[in-house]
Amino acid sequence: MRKKIIFLINFFILIFVAIVFYKGLKLDAKYSTEDLVGQTLVNFSTTTLNNSSGKLSNIDIKNNKYSIINVWASWCGPCRLEHPIILRLSRHKDLNIFGINYKDKKKNAISFLNKFGNPYKKIGLDLTGFLSVDLGFFGVPETILINKNEKILLKYVGPLNENDYNKIVSRIRE
Amino acid sequence: MIFGKIGYFSLLFSLIFSFLILFIVIKNLKNKNSEIKQNVYYFSFLQLLLVVLSFLCLVLSFVKSNFSLVSVYENSHTDKPLFYKIAGTWGNHEGSLLLWLVVLVIFSFLFLIKTKNVPNTYKLHTIGFQNIIIIGFLSFSIFTSNPFVELLPTPEQGLGLNPILQDPALAIHPPTLYIGYVGSSIFFSSALAAMMNRFVSKEWARSIKPWIFVPWVFLTIGILLGAVWAYYELGWGGFWFWDPVENASLLPWLASTALLHSIVVLEKRNTFHSWTIILAIITFTLSMTGTFMVRSGILNSVHTFANDPSRGLFILVFLISLSLLSLIIFFLFRPSNVAFKYFNFFSKETSIIVNNWFMMFFLISILIGTVYPIFLEVINGSKISVGAPFYNFIIIPFVAPFLIFMTFGPKLGWIQSDFKKLIREIIYLTILTFLTLLVIIYVIGNIKITSVLILFTSLLLLYSLIIDVLIIFIKGNKSFQAGRLISHLGFGLLVLSIALNANLSVEKNLNIKVGEHFEVDKYKLFFENLIGKTEANYDAIVGNFHLLDGNKDIGYLKPEIRVYHQPPTVTSEASIKSGVFRDFYITMTNIKESDYFNIRFQYKPFMNFIWFSALLIALGGLLSIFKKDKIQL
Repeated sequence: MRKKIIFLINFFILIFVAIVFYKGLKLDAKYSTEDLVGQTLVNFSTTTLNNSSGKLSNIDIKNNKYSIINVWASWCGPCRLEHPIILRLSRHKDLNIFGINYKDKKKNAISFLNKFGNPYKKIGLDLTGFLSVDLGFFGVPETILINKNEKILLKYVGPLNENDYNKIVSRIRE
Repeated sequence: MIFGKIGYFSLLFSLIFSFLILFIVIKNLKNKNSEIKQNVYYFSFLQLLLVVLSFLCLVLSFVKSNFSLVSVYENSHTDKPLFYKIAGTWGNHEGSLLLWLVVLVIFSFLFLIKTKNVPNTYKLHTIGFQNIIIIGFLSFSIFTSNPFVELLPTPEQGLGLNPILQDPALAIHPPTLYIGYVGSSIFFSSALAAMMNRFVSKEWARSIKPWIFVPWVFLTIGILLGAVWAYYELGWGGFWFWDPVENASLLPWLASTALLHSIVVLEKRNTFHSWTIILAIITFTLSMTGTFMVRSGILNSVHTFANDPSRGLFILVFLISLSLLSLIIFFLFRPSNVAFKYFNFFSKETSIIVNNWFMMFFLISILIGTVYPIFLEVINGSKISVGAPFYNFIIIPFVAPFLIFMTFGPKLGWIQSDFKKLIREIIYLTILTFLTLLVIIYVIGNIKITSVLILFTSLLLLYSLIIDVLIIFIKGNKSFQAGRLISHLGFGLLVLSIALNANLSVEKNLNIKVGEHFEVDKYKLFFENLIGKTEANYDAIVGNFHLLDGNKDIGYLKPEIRVYHQPPTVTSEASIKSGVFRDFYITMTNIKESDYFNIRFQYKPFMNFIWFSALLIALGGLLSIFKKDKIQL
């Protein structure tokens, strides 16, 4: 009897593992954020850098025809490179730029903006990095262009360059 | 081309022969006490010949850059050096599976001709199970992963081999690891056969022992080569990532390490029957699970090949059927521990049980860390990854007591031990170790308590083994366990070197332009210039870094950024200045549209000690194969 029970326990464990592995086969193991384009932005809300009672959330996206969310950090070298381009983008009327300050120190972030200029309408804080993952980012800098309906139009991994700038501008002029 | 055809038909015919062997074996088993039919030998030889022929055809297709085969077209290029053309044969899924088959049939055939003085029925059963496994993998190869699929029209040029796979260590890493994985099939089949024939005994242990040690040695070296490759090629400076696929190779290693300890107890003391059988089954099942996880793409890792789900399904069904088969056989023919012998708490047997518990603990921790993300994703859809912090947290504290048992366990006698001698030894060893540890702490300065424990226990193990070796030389003792001493010495040294490496490494990550310099600790690096370089299969920019240790000139480090032609890929090639006691490691990546380069500089002590000690572990295993231990009863 005892032998049978032990056998059955082992048998069911084996079947359970088989089912999990079988289902696992059908899942997509690759984590990619490139297919984010065309999708709708997830719901999010976070406190802002300058004002601890301020919020950055989906409501802000609806305020203008187009918005950009740019993930950056003061410690990130490539962010410095793309900063002039973000500044230029901030001059466009139909476009609001929101920053997400990624795993940064408040003091350093503020001195970065004082030194290089602040293109951002609002800056949300992401001290743990979880928010960025939820939004579909996996590093800094990354940038997405969103329309009023919260649809993601363009996505860039790594620093923006002149071509990217032109592409974004032509997109918002359409 | 003709080679493709020959290769494909060889595979088909070897499948037919495998069925034939299985059929003859079953018929042969029906009339008891009969001799093994000559046909089994003939057909097994033909099976071996055909699989090897098929593999050679594939190698030749790669060497001759025969792009009419899809696998050659996708993984080779005429510009590649010959060595990598050959290595390209197993640098892809289809080819590596064929290599797997070659190893499998070689092992089966060797078992058939080399195993003597065992019951015929046991031998026939083993060959039978072995052929079930061969049929499974042959069908897998032919029906889901045929390496000889042709492409029409024949392309002019191939797509090339992934550059990070173009490395000497990696060229021999898969074959070595495969011998370890596939070799475990023999003791799996043999364990099942031994149960069915009530042959789980001292004699069985003696006859199967070398078949456990050989794959274990290869598995050890295979894992080592993988670590060396990761260190040189992945540009991160680490040698172990706790990547799921690396874990997949470590799991059977842990199981078979436990097995080769328990088989010795079975051989010498005729006990641990069931446990030894379970370990034999687990080792092979874990090897298969590892293969499943790598080949099916269920895991996302540096090792994953491009896959289609039908392959994963095939291995899964095969894996589950074999596990089910072994489960049923185990519960029907479970060896009863009739020959259970009383043994004292302070004896070798106890220490080996404890060793096995620790192995199981490490195994289960790593298994959970590896498969937990899969289970979680299937059950509630969330993606997580389990990384180094989990393993460090779970495993490191248990390494210290493990090392203590490793130090004193082998000093205990079988059944019972002499205490006075042992206690005296413990006192001397502890004092010696303690003094050394004080020196190390003085040198390192700030050190964590877990590191202190690891350093202490690994030093303890090393000293005790060194003293053992000295005593053997002084007394001129001829009967000693060289294999055990060397493997354990290697293991102690490995843990010590890893601990020292982790505590003394220095790292600096920064952006720098040509002409600038930076300092880390007492090291100064000058980024002198950049040079362009053109090779057969890639172009490169080489950075010239002049390294000074204080005022002492150490020389130049030359990291590269390579742009491979086929397939077009950019890789960072680390530059390593390796010495006996330390490595300097530097990698360079360019920052898009700027003059700056991102530099990662590392000072890594005792790297060569880590490689060397892993080799010692393998060497010890090798010696155990050739040396007949005296039975101490």
